[in-house]
Amino acid sequence: MSTPFLSVQDLTVDFHTEDGVVHAVDGLSLGVEKGTTLGVVGESGSGKSVTALAVLGLHNPETAKLSGEILLDGRELIGAPRSVMERIRGAKAAMIFQDPLTSLSPYHTIGKQIGEVFRRHTGASRAAARDRAVEMLTRVGIPQPKLRVDDYPHQFSGGMRQRAMIAMALVCDPDLLIADEPTTALDVTVQAQILDLLRDLQEQTGTAIILITHDLGVVANTAHEVLVMYAGRAVERGTVREVLGEPHHPYTWGLLASMPRLGAPVDVPLRPVRGAPPSLINVPSGCPFHPRCDYPALAGPGLCRAERPELSPHRGHGDACHLTLARKQEIVGTLVQKREIVR
Amino acid sequence: MKETGPMEETAPERDTAQAGTGSAAGRAAEPLLELSGLEKHFPITSGLVFKRQAGRVHAVDGIDLTVHAGETLGLVGESGCGKSTTGRLVARLLEPTGGSIRYGGRDITHASRRELRPIRAEIQMIFQDPYSSLNPRHTVGGIIRGPMEINGIDPPGGRDRRVRELLEIVGLNPEHYNRFPHEFSGGQRQRIGVARALALDPRLIVADEPVSALDVSIQAQVVNLLQRLQRELGIAFLFIAHDLAVVRHFSQRVAVMYLGKIVEIADRDSLYERPRHPYTHALLSAVPEVGLESAPGTGPRERIRLAGDVPSPIAPPSGCRFRTRCWKAQEKCAAEEPPLVRLEGNREGHLTACHFPEAPTVHGRDVVLDPALA
Repeated sequence: MSTPFLSVQDLTVDFHTEDGVVHAVDGLSLGVEKGTTLGVVGESGSGKSVTALAVLGLHNPETAKLSGEILLDGRELIGAPRSVMERIRGAKAAMIFQDPLTSLSPYHTIGKQIGEVFRRHTGASRAAARDRAVEMLTRVGIPQPKLRVDDYPHQFSGGMRQRAMIAMALVCDPDLLIADEPTTALDVTVQAQILDLLRDLQEQTGTAIILITHDLGVVANTAHEVLVMYAGRAVERGTVREVLGEPHHPYTWGLLASMPRLGAPVDVPLRPVRGAPPSLINVPSGCPFHPRCDYPALAGPGLCRAERPELSPHRGHGDACHLTLARKQEIVGTLVQKREIVR
Repeated sequence: MKETGPMEETAPERDTAQAGTGSAAGRAAEPLLELSGLEKHFPITSGLVFKRQAGRVHAVDGIDLTVHAGETLGLVGESGCGKSTTGRLVARLLEPTGGSIRYGGRDITHASRRELRPIRAEIQMIFQDPYSSLNPRHTVGGIIRGPMEINGIDPPGGRDRRVRELLEIVGLNPEHYNRFPHEFSGGQRQRIGVARALALDPRLIVADEPVSALDVSIQAQVVNLLQRLQRELGIAFLFIAHDLAVVRHFSQRVAVMYLGKIVEIADRDSLYERPRHPYTHALLSAVPEVGLESAPGTGPRERIRLAGDVPSPIAPPSGCRFRTRCWKAQEKCAAEEPPLVRLEGNREGHLTACHFPEAPTVHGRDVVLDPALA
């Protein structure tokens, strides 16, 4: 099989701090094809955002140490010179952030900020850039784009700002779009609009999207494939149907069982994952999830504490857990029967 | 000013708003909390020296609600709909501009600080942000003792013992008495906030987005904790949240707010299974569900996409406030404000404010109103 459009192999990101080395990302591999969306799910501190920043070379090289391989369209990005990364960012790969208000400059009009990206990468004239900005605002569904192009960010509502950010990210038709919690700050009705917009734009342009979120519902509705992260590692990977329909990792079960859902029976209490996520300075030995897991005893004495499970198999539906497949299926069956997990 | 005695049964909307709280005991009794026609308008001033009022933000614009003892009323809506302002009015952290608040049969709408003192102990708040709602310079013990000291309450066995007891109730180690908030994670801090709210044995807790800042697995821990407290201690909750799934899980009755008004209120099952207001429909259909039937390109699931954003509460639309985003709006909606009433085919206590309500159930329909998506 050929290499995917974006291929990350064995990525490690360490931050050197006064308290010690923070292992933010630890041996992560992922791949995204053009025209598909990879949902990256995990809680705060699981390394989702750090991965995104590392792919785009937006980490601070003074404090962050990267190793591994990041191939974008076959080109290695780790250690690529700054000038190369600057050409790639915005043109080939772009990013949308969670909070559009802090990501837009308050001193410049929306049109100028969108046009700036376009001019920098294409060398277009001011007038052409402005036309392009109006075109992009139209595409992302801003009403009266010819008037609104001269507005400042504060004159836009939250949903419109997020649309403007998407317009800015897509102005050079990037092949890869990384959206880091793009709808977390928005209301549900606006969130639905933005997710639809991303899906429609992807259909038109064939962009590969990495959608980072903590919300499994968003993933189920938008992504083709899912990667579940815990403590800087991938613990489960597969298509949406595989991971949400036949989840294999105890952490994925925990996420599913702790989420209140509209379609779930209301008399079944939520079943939270006990404890709290680990410190990334002292990551637990073996499987990082073992202190919060309910099933280490079933995997064999001391195995989960001693040995780190690898994500296997390398392609398709895989998970990093020592339990046997039969055992996992048995446990999922019980959880579904107890209605703690609803498919 | 003391108003006791049985509640008058004259006002029709009060009559209906009180009904439909399911079965259970205490329904006939007077509600613990009763809001009628409650309003909060924030003035907008202009001018530097001579301030003049340039407009008003209609944050809460005439709402009727009741909360019974031991019951949870969920209040949902999008940002800016006035749900948090309502919570702050109930806790009397804000002065209402109109309407009335009755608590335990007494009118406390404009009660003075002194009159409020005994009531303040009974109505407590839990805030959204576990970082800014705890004083970083105080120890956990000091934070939880605070309410007892201010109110001069000496529980049997002493305050310190009570604090340790409370820490245990909320699932924290009593040994952590002398630690500071920064030593705790977000979920643990929210537990400290809960312990503080419990310190005075409240009868009503106003919980304003208590879990929305927490990670999913931690969120479930706190929801379960609040649920256990409600069950074991019989505390009534006004549970304010934007997450419809969390509210469904936690509330017996649910009210939906839009631009300072209640557009629909019902017991939980009635609201989630037979919503009649188009806005409630739109909200429910916008929640991304994990269920695989909603995976891209599969199965029918009702899907309504509203156009645009919530209008400004400074100049809310005439008539029905939802009409500017509603796909059913007609002339009548601009001219006449729909009353909050019980519609035909609805359960008692299920009230809807709409001229053209939805059929009780809608399946597999696809309404797209967003010009960007058309």
